[in-house]
Amino acid sequence: MQFFPVAQSREPQKNEADFPRKLKDRLVIVLFLLPALVLFITFVIYPIFRSIYFSTFNWKGFGPAVDYVGLDNYRKILTDTVFLKAIKNVLIIITLSLGLQLPLALILAVMVGRDLPGRSVFRTIFFLPYVLSEVNTAIMWMLLYNADPERGFLNAIMTLLGLQPVAWLADMNIVIYAIFFTLTWKYFGFHMLLYLTGLQNIPKEIEEAARIDGANAVQNFFRITLPLLSSTLKTSVYMSILGSIQQFIIVWVMTRGGPVNASETMATYMYRYGFVRFQLGYGSAVAIIMFLFCMIFSLLYQALTRKPDYLTGL
Amino acid sequence: MKRPSNFTKWLRKYYSRIIIYTFLVITTILIFIPIVILLFGSVKTTGQMYSHPYSIPNPPNWDNIINILSTPSFWTMMKNSLVVMLSTTIGAVTICAMAAFVFARLKFKSKGFFFNLLSAGLMFPINVAILPVYFVLRQMESFGIPMIDTLWGVIFVQIAFELSGSILILRGFFTAVPSELQDAAYIDGCSNFDFFWRIMLPLVKPSLAAVAALVMIKSWNDLLVPLIVLNSNHLWTLPLGTMQFQGQYGQDLALISAFVALSAIPTIIFYFVAERQIVAGLTAGAIKG
Repeated sequence: MQFFPVAQSREPQKNEADFPRKLKDRLVIVLFLLPALVLFITFVIYPIFRSIYFSTFNWKGFGPAVDYVGLDNYRKILTDTVFLKAIKNVLIIITLSLGLQLPLALILAVMVGRDLPGRSVFRTIFFLPYVLSEVNTAIMWMLLYNADPERGFLNAIMTLLGLQPVAWLADMNIVIYAIFFTLTWKYFGFHMLLYLTGLQNIPKEIEEAARIDGANAVQNFFRITLPLLSSTLKTSVYMSILGSIQQFIIVWVMTRGGPVNASETMATYMYRYGFVRFQLGYGSAVAIIMFLFCMIFSLLYQALTRKPDYLTGL
Repeated sequence: MKRPSNFTKWLRKYYSRIIIYTFLVITTILIFIPIVILLFGSVKTTGQMYSHPYSIPNPPNWDNIINILSTPSFWTMMKNSLVVMLSTTIGAVTICAMAAFVFARLKFKSKGFFFNLLSAGLMFPINVAILPVYFVLRQMESFGIPMIDTLWGVIFVQIAFELSGSILILRGFFTAVPSELQDAAYIDGCSNFDFFWRIMLPLVKPSLAAVAALVMIKSWNDLLVPLIVLNSNHLWTLPLGTMQFQGQYGQDLALISAFVALSAIPTIIFYFVAERQIVAGLTAGAIKG
């Protein structure tokens, strides 16, 4: 209050100035929200409904959509083996992310910890891949994965070790794991960063108290650190799964979903039908299915865990 | 009695440090391998790339770099990327700051509804929305609003899909400003606008910088939106150009390396300059909101 010594003297004038000021304040609310809402409704909400509409047509994008097929597109998609393969690939990526990528990020975060000398250097380095663009990441890894041991670094190492070179991106059984490795390279730093921030919010005293009470490092980690990190972990798991569901650019640039759909994801499947084959009705149905996956997952996740902090409403 | 226990303690600490550093250094090497091979490749001739693909280029050959830097199309892409990035960032930060301020500080009916509506956008990421968005762009085009094959189309879509995340982050920052300030300002006769403009904005400047840095990175790296919106070569952004370049010269690994290196270097420099802001924005977005 002492910053504003004139506060009292304004009181008497309040009544006569009240009306225009209130109006002005209302106007601020409307004008401040308007741009965000207009853009959001035009480019986010409305497209959903437009897609739902188109998804019931067999429509190639020329002229108006007239060939109404009801839910036929959805039936076709959900029985298409390629789409089921895409779902399977997404599930593989999710499983590997939760089983390998996030634990790795957690281990690294705990190692870097609070006060390891060189902490900030490692943080900077580990997070670097995250800021590189997905195209550049994909091309960089295509160079490494080159099947020819004369050209590809990984196969050069394989031959050096006396092993057979592997066609990383051309082998139907390996390609999805090769892509996962690239995804891990790019994204583990982001999760590590989250964990580092979470770890920093755990008071040092708690861990010290546990240590004095005789807890060893392993007990300390599982009984103290992990539970106190749970809200960060929930956020990180949520983002990892949502990210896996919509994985697109890296896969598309590296393999176009191939060979023979072996690395297809839902997003590459949608892109192929929407923008390559121009079956816009069918593609819309894929988009709506993906949207439903994201929505159902988000709502279930919120219901099953406590809300991830950033989704907390008012 | 005490000495050996102290010594073993010291030894244990020492050992664990060695194990930790070994692990961290191995990870560091794994992170740098693709980047270093790329940088090496960018200063090799195509012949060197085939005969010694992963050796240190000695002497470095700058031909590919010079070639790319002397093509006008590279600079056009750079310029387009800059235009899109700056417009998206300025637009997104302005619009999100205004909305976040209203959600954090002002009271009105149906505030909860609008806020939840905007937050729901997080469940509809751009990779999923791209085809639906394309329909709307085409529809706007048919109404005479030029959205396809213009940078405006890219900018508007990028801003629209930044809204949910950035408003959440900024709302958190605006909420953190003590409410006594607001009371004092209103008693002093500040209008909502004055309060926003004169008191809030200067206070949250660092947070605006964090959000801006995040939006800049995302916009600069974005491939998907330019990919579906832009057709003409002279409008391509750097990531889109990189992808097309890779499709065109896919066999010339040295030339590709040079191009990718040149397009990655601005990002890396920006990262080292603005790391603090980027990290602040990301962790606030994911942890606090």
